[in-house]
Amino acid sequence: MDIFLQLTVSGLSTGMIYALAAAGLVVIYKASDVINFAQGDLLLLGTYLVFFSVAQTGLPWSLGVLLTLLLAVAVALAVERLVLRPLVGEPIISMIMVTIGLSSVLRGVIGAIWGPNPRSFDSFLPAGELAFGPATLATDRVLSIPIALAVLAGLGFFFRFTRDGIAMRAIADDQQAALSMGISIPRVFGVAWGLAAVSAAIGGIMLAGIVGVSPNVGSIGLRVFPVVILGGLDSIGGAVLGGAVIGLLEVYIGFYVGHGLNLVVPYVVLVLVLMIRPYGLFGKEVIERV
Amino acid sequence: MSLECGVFHTRYEADMGLRPRPVQRIRLGVFALFVLLFPFVAGPYWLNLANQVAIATVGAIGLNLLVGSTGQISLGHGAFMAIGAYTSGLLTLHLGVPWGASIFAAALVTAAVGAFFGLPSLRLKGLYLAIATLAAQEIVEWGMTNWTAVTGGAEAIVVPAPVLFGVRLNSDFAFYWIAVLTAGGAALFAANLLRSRVGRAFEAVRDQDIAASVIGVDVFRTKLLAFATSSFLAGLAGAMIAFHRNIITWERFTLSTSILFLAMIIVGGLGSIRGSFLGAALITLLPAMIDNLGRSIQDTAPQIAAVLPYAQQAVFGIVIILFLIFEPRGLSRLWGNVKDYFHVWPFAYRRGESGAR
Repeated sequence: MDIFLQLTVSGLSTGMIYALAAAGLVVIYKASDVINFAQGDLLLLGTYLVFFSVAQTGLPWSLGVLLTLLLAVAVALAVERLVLRPLVGEPIISMIMVTIGLSSVLRGVIGAIWGPNPRSFDSFLPAGELAFGPATLATDRVLSIPIALAVLAGLGFFFRFTRDGIAMRAIADDQQAALSMGISIPRVFGVAWGLAAVSAAIGGIMLAGIVGVSPNVGSIGLRVFPVVILGGLDSIGGAVLGGAVIGLLEVYIGFYVGHGLNLVVPYVVLVLVLMIRPYGLFGKEVIERV
Repeated sequence: MSLECGVFHTRYEADMGLRPRPVQRIRLGVFALFVLLFPFVAGPYWLNLANQVAIATVGAIGLNLLVGSTGQISLGHGAFMAIGAYTSGLLTLHLGVPWGASIFAAALVTAAVGAFFGLPSLRLKGLYLAIATLAAQEIVEWGMTNWTAVTGGAEAIVVPAPVLFGVRLNSDFAFYWIAVLTAGGAALFAANLLRSRVGRAFEAVRDQDIAASVIGVDVFRTKLLAFATSSFLAGLAGAMIAFHRNIITWERFTLSTSILFLAMIIVGGLGSIRGSFLGAALITLLPAMIDNLGRSIQDTAPQIAAVLPYAQQAVFGIVIILFLIFEPRGLSRLWGNVKDYFHVWPFAYRRGESGAR
């Protein structure tokens, strides 16, 4: 039973990091109908930026995290302005390929600056273990769950109550109508990329503590697709639930079944969801159908 | 020689011809001569690269039929090539099927698998289809590495070299002729397909599927056919990789491979056969050139040489982004512009055929 608890916590914490990355994907998709294949690389950027801001500059944690977020937002805004803006209205294949190109550039630049070797540094989450009855769980993993939930709740709050959030929903609903109501689409796209960078950077900061700083972190970008499809491409709540389900599925199957099946089952789920309920659990039911 | 100021066909044969104008035929002749003479002057390094370009051209033409002409985005091309490679390799290795037959069989098997993975296109399009093919890629990749009994898992499979008339074709020089003939055949096949009823149906589905169905195109059947044709060529390319390298490893058929091929057709030009070749050449040669640069400055500037693999990755991304922003119709369009300029030279007032294909 204690193993089961341990697996559950570890699955949930992985799931919440998926959810953070997925939330970035959702925000960008909601605002601009672009699916961002570089989301994993934004996460990767987050881990290296926090390594830079804290371990390399020697700043205290609070300032280091702030610097990380600022740098991540700056990169995202530059990317939106230079790469995505010129392609607004282009076919989907262009949008997909441009974010794939972006992912390659980010990975190349990060690799050129920080090299291939994993780096390590003192985590900002306290190390050590917590005892839950018979099970002992790593503190940083346990703590990452409420942190992620808080950030995701903040994003949900943003969409429901703030001016930019409502503008973003308006644009997702009907771009023409939103434009004629005086909503600035470039501004909203910028905000969307900024938010995606923030949620990815926070995910990156937690990953830096939990699994360390290494180029492999970027592979999470692909593992996020089952999460967003399961939850619905335009739902933050769906990202949370999808993240939890996929995270748990991965650890349970990894432990009880093995054979690397934990890596492939999420994609089988993805295909099933696409065939049965393509808009996901919480997505809006208007998707392009044939 | 008379100066042309436009294209004026007077016969239907000329209008329907693939290469109706003398200039086009001369250009093709020069290119054919170059291809014929190339292996006699080039060293083994360049021959190897040429073979890679030829194989990539086959795969890129296949992907372009699906993505460029039919508008169905696939991130699973690498998986289809894997199925071609493993099928042909295993047929020859275990059952002793002659290499020619096993390559053809592999292409057919891949076409069937491709049509199967095209089934989601019944309900999905655009983004959702792209994600479904991504899942297909991941599932096939898992199969390659974990179905150890058949694929050997992470171990490489060694494939016997092809034999023709008792001669072992294990050199790049010998393989060159097979590769070039296949690439040429694939190009001819695609060019003829695109101007047939089926090819026109592909383009109709891409441009407006509802309108296509109204004028009598069976949309779903057309999409499946596009998936099958595209996968046939992907399987062919995969099988040729197996026989070119004489070795099959799963690393050559990952999602990165799918992305590489998508990059080829984006950079070359969507829906263009010439573009498939130009894109395949650029995307194959660019990393090789950067590698060369790395080796040449290894001693003088080791710091820069150490960073070059990453620079290579970044340059790959930058090339895709720049083409998408500045020339979405790719190298094919650039070449078309050059031709158009000289076509009516020195008269600039009338542009001839644009570089559609």
